[in-house]
Amino acid sequence: MEIIPLPDLLIGERARVVSLNATGAQRRRMLDLGLVPQAVIEALRKSPAGDPVAYRIRGAVIALRREEASLVMVTRI
Amino acid sequence: MSQHSFRDTHAVCTERFAIELPSPDELVIALAGNPNTGKSTVFNALTGMNQHTGNWAGKTVGSAIGRFRHQEHSFTLVDLPGTYSLLSQSADEQVARDFICFANPHATLVVTDATNLERNLNLALQVMEVTDRVVVAVNLMDEAKRKGITIDFVKLQAELGVPVIPMTARSGEGLNELKEMLWKVALGHVTPTPKLTTYSEQVERAVTALLPQVEPLVSGVLRSRWVALRLLDGDESVLQALEQYTLEHPRLFSTGDVVIPS
Repeated sequence: MEIIPLPDLLIGERARVVSLNATGAQRRRMLDLGLVPQAVIEALRKSPAGDPVAYRIRGAVIALRREEASLVMVTRI
Repeated sequence: MSQHSFRDTHAVCTERFAIELPSPDELVIALAGNPNTGKSTVFNALTGMNQHTGNWAGKTVGSAIGRFRHQEHSFTLVDLPGTYSLLSQSADEQVARDFICFANPHATLVVTDATNLERNLNLALQVMEVTDRVVVAVNLMDEAKRKGITIDFVKLQAELGVPVIPMTARSGEGLNELKEMLWKVALGHVTPTPKLTTYSEQVERAVTALLPQVEPLVSGVLRSRWVALRLLDGDESVLQALEQYTLEHPRLFSTGDVVIPS
């Protein structure tokens, strides 16, 4: 299964979280938002400028900037 | 391991958090929950028209305070900002954390969404690490039913070790049971025993090593284990909050004192 950074996920696609490359407070924040290994994430829509992107994470819609999303490694499902 | 005492709640709330309590006997309940769990509906259902809103001192975070009566007791319900966590760094999360940690509420009510329990339990588990006196309300039971979700409440309550109340705040279902449980926990008729998360062997070893030094510094104010875990996190905002809230001792108020919130 190919492991890709989250921003490579196309709108409408779903993926499973493999790992986080964030550390410290940023990692804590991501874990609190539900980005834990095995969590399912869906790319819902892009903002007009293409960044941030809205993702569905464990039942909540959360916008992530490319900078943050690129720290999340996923596999498509 | 209840290190908290009820003694100072009145002084702490009036002085440190600028929340005016009608008397030192007032039972104070903190209300926490993720965004979009119907937390405000629970707040409105409990307090009716008997509420007012304001701002937390020094922060651009809204607050709402409401009152209700149950079993001849008067309760003040403090609505905390909706958060996913007590451990990250936004102003909302710090307000929620500081109030639960330092205002010494008689109970903390965590509102969760029945259709999305997995996400919501993260906050409940974090609150349980801070205080024993926790009640979990599982709200939006009507929506869960419509979606075909069933919840094993006996098992959930056993797994968490704290009272769990199913409810639908917008129709008032479960409201009386919730008031009754808040009353019992606030007065100590029911003593929750939260099942705390056990971390990896490495983390647990480090916690054990820190405890003897942390204990004498925070005992009576905060749970030492929780402070040790935050130290391991490198969370400086917790240290700042500890300094801010524990170095100056609150002046004790007596009945009849006039308190003007700053």
